[in-house]
Amino acid sequence: MSPMGIHGLIHAFHAGPRAGPKTRTGDGFVSHADDHAGTRRDFLYYATGAAGVVVTGAAVWPLVNQMNPSADVQALASIDVDVSTLEPGTQLTVKWLGKPVFVRRRTQEEIDAATGVEMSELPDPNAENANLDPAADASDANRAIPGFDDGDVASGEWLVMIGVCTHLGCVPLGDAGDFGGWFCPCHGSHYDTAGRIRQGPAPRNLPVPVAQFTDPTTIKLG
Amino acid sequence: MAGIPHDQYEPTTGAEKWVHRRIPILGLLYDTLMIPTPKNLNWMWIWGIVLTFTLLLQIITGIVLVMHYTPHVDLAFGSVEHIMRNVNGGWALRYIHANGASLFFIAVYAHIFRNLYYGSYKAPREITWVIGIVIYLLMMGTAFMGYVLPWGQMSFWGATVITGLFGAIPFVGEGLQTWLLGGPAVDNATLTRFFSLHYLMPFLILGLTIVHIWSFHSTGNNNPTGVEVRRTSKEEAKRDTLPFWPYFVIKDAFALAVILLVFFAVVGFMPNYLGHPDNYIEANALATPAHIVPEWYFLPFYAILRAFTADVWIVIAANWITGGIVDAKFFGVVAMFGAIVAMALAPWLDTSSVRSGRYRPMFKWFFLVLVIDFFALMWLGAMPAEEPWASLSLIASTYWFAYFLVVLPLLGVFEKPLARPATIEEAYANEHGGSTGGGSGKATAATPAE
Repeated sequence: MSPMGIHGLIHAFHAGPRAGPKTRTGDGFVSHADDHAGTRRDFLYYATGAAGVVVTGAAVWPLVNQMNPSADVQALASIDVDVSTLEPGTQLTVKWLGKPVFVRRRTQEEIDAATGVEMSELPDPNAENANLDPAADASDANRAIPGFDDGDVASGEWLVMIGVCTHLGCVPLGDAGDFGGWFCPCHGSHYDTAGRIRQGPAPRNLPVPVAQFTDPTTIKLG
Repeated sequence: MAGIPHDQYEPTTGAEKWVHRRIPILGLLYDTLMIPTPKNLNWMWIWGIVLTFTLLLQIITGIVLVMHYTPHVDLAFGSVEHIMRNVNGGWALRYIHANGASLFFIAVYAHIFRNLYYGSYKAPREITWVIGIVIYLLMMGTAFMGYVLPWGQMSFWGATVITGLFGAIPFVGEGLQTWLLGGPAVDNATLTRFFSLHYLMPFLILGLTIVHIWSFHSTGNNNPTGVEVRRTSKEEAKRDTLPFWPYFVIKDAFALAVILLVFFAVVGFMPNYLGHPDNYIEANALATPAHIVPEWYFLPFYAILRAFTADVWIVIAANWITGGIVDAKFFGVVAMFGAIVAMALAPWLDTSSVRSGRYRPMFKWFFLVLVIDFFALMWLGAMPAEEPWASLSLIASTYWFAYFLVVLPLLGVFEKPLARPATIEEAYANEHGGSTGGGSGKATAATPAE
C-alpha cells in the first residue's frame, strides 16, 4: 500500500476545487488538510499505525491460539479398536474424539434387510461415508466398511458409525426402533440396520468415520 | 457533571476536606447517593437495586465456592458433592448461588419489561438501554457457563447443544466450535475455560453496571409518566423529585427484604425446584438424557431457536436466496440472537413521541400480548419439538419480531395518545389527592405511604 494512497483519495473527495498546498488557519497552525501530495508526516503516521497493528496482532494471536485443541487432544485423533470379542449380532461403543462410535458386526439378516431397501425410500440418499467419494449413494455396500480380507469391497459385515443423532446430537439406542437398527429417544428418529435415517426429524444418516482394519481384529479410527 | 440541578457536595469535617482536596471521590459518592429521583416512581423501579444486590450476592458466594470446587472432568462432579456434604455450610452457599441465578433473571426480565412499558429506552436513554442489553447477554453467557461447571448430565449435554449453535454458522462454524471447545467435543479443555470465563464475566458485568448507573445519572431516571424532571431551576427540579437517600433507599430495601424472604424460602425448602434431576448424574458422553431442556430463563429464546424448522416458508425462502448457505439450523440461531437484537434496537424502532405506555391506548394492548407471548414462549421452550407446540412456537416467535419490527414503528403513526400531565409534580398531586409528597424543600417531611 502506498502510504500516500488513502490520504490522497480522501482529499480527492473532500477538497473540492484544488486549493494551494498549505493554508494558514486563524490559529496560526499550518493545515495539511489541502495537501494532495503525501508528506513525511503522512508516511510516519501510516508506518506507525501499521507497526502497531502488526504488534497487536502478534500479541493477541497466542491468546487466541491457546484455545485451539492442545497436543494431547490432537494426539487422540486416531485410535485402535479391538473388535476380537464381537460376535455377529453384537456391537460395542467406543469414545473417539469425545463422541461415541458404534462398531457393529452385523448378521446376514441385518445385511439382507438393509440391502433390500429401495433408494427412493431413503430420506438421505447420501452414503455419508468419510471413506468414500462424497457423492456416493446410501446403498448398503456403501455404508459398511471392508473387513480385513475383503479388499476394497465391503462384505457388509462391519458397520462403523459415529453414534450421534443428526437431529440434535443425542446418542441413539441400539437394537431398537421400527427398522431394527437404532432409535433416538430424544425426538423419535428411527435408523435402519445400516444406520440410515428412515423416519423422524433427523435429516441425515449416521455418519461413517474414516475407519479401516489394520489386522483381522483391529479397526483403526481416524 | 450533567444532570438534574441539585445541591453540590460541600465537605464539612476536617477529614472530608482533606480527602476532597486530593480526590473528588466523596463528592462522587454524594452525587450518586443523593441523586434527585422522580418522586412518582412505582414498585417497578425496585429491580435495579435487586439486580445490584444479586450481582454482589453471586460474586461473593461464587468466590467462596471456588475455594472448594475443582475444575476437572474427573473431579468436578465429586467436588460439588463435597461442597454439599462436607464443606461447612457449603450446601447453603451452593443453593444460594444456584437459585441466585434464577433471582437474577426474574429481576432482569421484570426490569426489561418495565423499560419496555414505560418507554425508558427512548431518547435520551438509548445508551443506558443498550448497555443494559449487553449486560443481559453477558448474564446469559455467565449463567450458561456456570451451569456446565457441576459436570452433570445436563451440564454436559446443554453445553453440547449450545456450542453446537456456533457450529451452524456457515463456512467458519466447525472451526469456531472446535476453537470454543478446545477439541472435537465438550471435554476437560471446555470445562476449564468455562470456569475461567465464568469467574471473569461477573466482573465485566460489574464494570458495565457502573457505566449503566452512570449513564442514567446523567439523563435522570425515567418515571411512570414518562414526563421529564424539570431542569429549568433547582426549585422546580426539587418539586419533581426526592433525593435517592433516604427515600428510595428505604423503599428499595423494603422491597428487597420481601423478595429475599421468598428467595430464602425457596433456597431452604425447595432448592432444586428450578433445577433438573439429570444434573445429579455425572456427565457421560455416551448416554443422552431423554430430554435436554435449558434452564427456565433461556426457554423463551430456546423456543425461538427451535421454531424455525426446515418446512417454514421463510426458512425455505432464505435457503433458496442464499443458495443453501442458510439452512434451518443456522436460521434458528440467527432468529434467536435476532430476537435480542430487535429488542436492543427498540429506541430506534419505536416512532412514538410519547414515552410512557400509560398514555398510549393502543400500545397497551400490544404490550400486554408481548408479555403473554414471552411466557408462552417460555412454556413452549420446555415442550417437546412436536405438534401442536411447534406451530404455536412459530406463531409466538413471529409475534415477538412483529412487535419490535412492525408494531413499534407503525403505532407511532396511527395511535392517538392521551393527554399527559405537564409535570411530575402535577401527576403526583392528581394521584395523591393534592399531596405534593414533599420534596419542595429540605424542611418538608416525607408523606406517609398512602
